[in-house]
Formats: sequence, structure tokens, C-alpha cells
Amino acid sequence: MEDLRQRLTQPSVESKQETSGKVISYLAITLIGGLVTTILIFLTWKGIALFTGNHYSLWEFLSGIKWQPSDHVFGALPMIATSFSVTLLSGIIALPLALIVAIAITEILPSTAYKFLQPTIELLVGIPSVVYGYVGLTVIVPFLRRFFGGTGFGILAATCVLFLMILPTMTSMTIDSFRAVPKQYRNASAGLGATRWQTISRVIIPSAKSGILTAMVFGMARAFGEALAVQMVIGNTTVMPTGLMHSAATLTSVLTTGIGNTVMGTISNNALWSLALILLVMSLAFNLLMRLVSRKGVK
Amino acid sequence: MRPEKVDRLATVIILTLTGLVGLVLFALLVYLLLSGIPHISWHFLTSSAESFRSGGGIRDQLFNSLYLVVLTLIVSIPLALCAAIYLSEYAPDNRWTNLLRLAIEVLSSLPSVVVGLFGYLVFVLQWGLDFSLLAGALALTILNLPILTRACEDALRQVPYLQRQAGLGLGMSKWRVTTKIVLPAALPGIITGAILSAGRIFGEAAALIYTAGQSSPAISYTDWNPFSPTSFLNPLRPAETLAVHIWKVNSEGLVPDARAVSNGSVAVLILTILIFNLLARYIGYLIKRRLAKRG
Repeated sequence: MEDLRQRLTQPSVESKQETSGKVISYLAITLIGGLVTTILIFLTWKGIALFTGNHYSLWEFLSGIKWQPSDHVFGALPMIATSFSVTLLSGIIALPLALIVAIAITEILPSTAYKFLQPTIELLVGIPSVVYGYVGLTVIVPFLRRFFGGTGFGILAATCVLFLMILPTMTSMTIDSFRAVPKQYRNASAGLGATRWQTISRVIIPSAKSGILTAMVFGMARAFGEALAVQMVIGNTTVMPTGLMHSAATLTSVLTTGIGNTVMGTISNNALWSLALILLVMSLAFNLLMRLVSRKGVK
Repeated sequence: MRPEKVDRLATVIILTLTGLVGLVLFALLVYLLLSGIPHISWHFLTSSAESFRSGGGIRDQLFNSLYLVVLTLIVSIPLALCAAIYLSEYAPDNRWTNLLRLAIEVLSSLPSVVVGLFGYLVFVLQWGLDFSLLAGALALTILNLPILTRACEDALRQVPYLQRQAGLGLGMSKWRVTTKIVLPAALPGIITGAILSAGRIFGEAAALIYTAGQSSPAISYTDWNPFSPTSFLNPLRPAETLAVHIWKVNSEGLVPDARAVSNGSVAVLILTILIFNLLARYIGYLIKRRLAKRG
């Protein structure tokens, strides 16, 4: 009798499994959460060492236009300016083209075209950034050299590479947002006697607006954080960008070339980690922007 | 008559520009493949790289890339799957869950060079792993976790709620319903997600330069003891991957046949990713067919 009571009141094997399963899955998700927190804390801690440990002025760091690690002068403005200009330029060129290709594929071309083009776009999205950098090095740089003179390395080459890199991603995201527009909208518009272009410009693009903006911000965030492809073609001189054909350096390209050449804990090394912090803050800002843009669409 | 004219003009402009963009991108793909495939030979794939002479192959780099993908998936699949199970089956709809979702989103938006630097700081220097496959695999895991978690969660959510109710109605616990009913049904979707993410980490380079390193010491493919320093299975040896190799060969320029080596490597990289994509697509097709049969 006692034995039976114990068996009945004890937690069953099922409920034990249930608890352990729940605990395991909860541990996994908290591990990811903890990982993100650790990344943010570590990079912030390393990034502010230049200002707290070496007492370098934050204002001089952000507004100085000379980056000379050998003289302990760390002005990051050239890199910040270059990063922003290549990102904006490539985004501005890529957005209209992504939009146009997406319109053609979803609204104009027959649906069989989509079947053939989608795998190609997917493949282009999946091509590693190093390959785009290599294309820049072997095709775009010589091309620019022939047409504009100079070395060919520089902001324009970096813009072209980034444009090629983000165009497939932005196109496929824009296609998705067009395909999410309900078919009834198109039918209703056609029923009112609108032409295809009127439907596209007045019904489909406005209703897919938040998706298009998200695609644009996503593409630009990727361009901003890209390191190797840019480093291969931009020329890597840490001066203020003055023209499209002048060589320059972005935050990421300085980081890739610099971290290996400095000793951990020195002031030049700390300055690089501060650049990484700027990069981190910017990626958080892009994230926030993306949230704002996609929330507006829900309204 | 004007709107019709505008419509035709717009159509013509859109189609012309699309054709142009498509032509450029298509030409790019064809150029990369055509200039690379002639360099792919048995010798290229099975001989080790040369540092200063021409005629080097990519055997070690190719193996390192594949091995790194396997190591990364071994670490990230269980983690991502458990996290996805929590998010789709257990997570209550509250602030804390939203915060966790936000964390995953932040993780997915980190530039890979930042992840690489974090890996360098923590895995390489603090944990003392040095430049090693393991450090590289951990850095790639950070990159891979958000993508894979999302893919797994989507796959789990695709399973109809009725199936869960049926299981719960029979008195199964939620965990058993998840592992015995939901997981098997979601498996193809999870595999597709894993293959697609494998394609992405296969070509990753920025996160690996300072974690897996840029050198590949001589390794022996007959030494099966993973603890021996020259064994190809040793996860603690530095390893240069294919993507890093392309970058290094081009930025150092020490090898006389850098063009040929990189052309070949690029083609191998693209073809491998194509295979990954086709595999994922084929599995997706199998799911569709199975669902159609059931319906």
C-alpha cells in the first residue's frame, strides 16, 4: 500500500523529462542572451580603454583628421567619413536598381521567369564577400584605372564592390515584400481601370514601403560592416576622402590590417578597439533603424 | 491616352534596366566560373599550397573549410535547436521573451569583423586557444546561431497546431510532443536551414583571419589521432580556409601565380555554395511533395 502511494505521488518519468527538457531549452536561449551581453560588454570595455586608460580625448578621437599611430595621434574622422560615404553611395545606387528588378520580376515578367531567376539571385546572395572583393581587384580596379586614370583603387572601386555585393540581397528582400502585397489589391486597382504602371506606383510600392525600406537599411548595414572586400580595393590610406578616385580607408579596413600589427594593450591597439566600438554602435543603430522602419509598416 | 503611354514607357525602361542589371550579374557569374574552372584539376585540389613558388594547390584550405563547417555545425545545431524549441514551444509572450528575441536580432546584425575581433579577444587570447580551428569554429558559431535559430523556429512553427493538440490530448507531456511529434515533422526544414547556413559559413573570411589564423602548417592525412599536433583532425591547429586563402594570396602577392590560384579557388568556392543551395532546394522539394501527398 505504502509502495503504491509512493508510486502514485512521485513525479512520473514524463514530468521529469518535461522539466529537464524545459530547463535545457531555457538554458540554450539564455546562453545566447548571455553571449550577446558578453560581446557588448567586452567590446565596450576594450573600446573605452583609449579614453579611460590612455586619457585620450574623445573629442579629438572623433573629430581629428590625422591617424598616425606612430606619433600617437588618433583622429578617426577620415575612417568614419569614408565608411559612411561608401555605404551611402552604394545604397543610393543599389536601391533604385533593386526596386526596378524586383518590379520587373514580380509584376511584369511571367512567373516562369521568377522560377529561373530566384535560384540565381539566391546564389548571388550566397557568394562570399571575398569573392566580390576579388572581382573588384581583378575587374573593377583595372577598368577604373583605364577610364579615369590613377591607380584605380579608392572610394569609387569600393562603392562598386559594395553595390555588387548588396544588390542581390536587397533585390531578393524587395521581391519578398512585393510578393507579400495581397493579390486583391492588384485586382481592385485593375478593376478601377488603372494601368499597370499606375498600379505599381500608387498601390504596390506604397503598400510594400516598409519592406523596401527594411531592405535598404539591411543592405546598407551589410555594406557598413563589410571588411575584406572593401579592404582589397580601397587603397588603405588613412586620410580624409577628397574625391571618388582617391584611396582611403574605412573603419573595417583599418581594423583588418591593424589588429595583427599592434601589440595587445598598447595605445595604438586600444585605438583600434575604439574603432571596433564605433562599428558596434553603428550596427546597433542600423538595427534600431530597421525596427523603426518595419514598425511603421504595421501601422 | 496619356496613362497608357506612361505605362508603356515605364515598362520599357524597367525591362531595359532589369535586362542590363541581369546581364551584368550573369556575366559576372559566368566570368568567375569560366576563368576559374580551367584551373581546377586533380592536382590543384590534392596538392598543398606553395608560399613563394607557383603550382600550389588548395588541398589543405579546402579541407580546413569543410572541417570548420562540420565543427561549427556540431556546436551550433544543438544550441540553436534547443533555443528554437524554447522560443516556439515554451516562451510566454512577455517582455523577457521579447528581450531574448532582440538579443538574437542584435547578434545577427553584428558585422563579421566585429565577431572575429571578439573571438580573438576571448577565444584566442583569454582562453588561450591560440589561432586554431576551435577558436574559428566558435567565432563562426556566433555568426551562425541567430540564422540557424530563426530557421529552426520557422520550421517548428510550420508544424500544424492540431498535431500538438492530438499529442497533448493523448496525455503526452509537452516535451514528448515536441521531441516525438513536432521535431520529426520539422526535421526537413531544419536540415534545409542548416545546409543554407553551412553555405554561408563556408565562405566566411573576416571572422576567421584573427581566430582560425592565416597559416596552414603541414598536416598529415594519415594521422587519425586528433590530439597529435600534425593530425588533420586536430582542432587546436591553426588553419587557413579557402576564403581566407583567396584574400591572403591577393593582398600579400608573394605567389607568382596568384591569379590562377585565386581564380581556381573562387570557382571551387562558388561551386561548393551552389551544391549547398541545390541540396537545400532538393530537400525543400521533397518536403513539398510529402505535404502534397498527405493533403
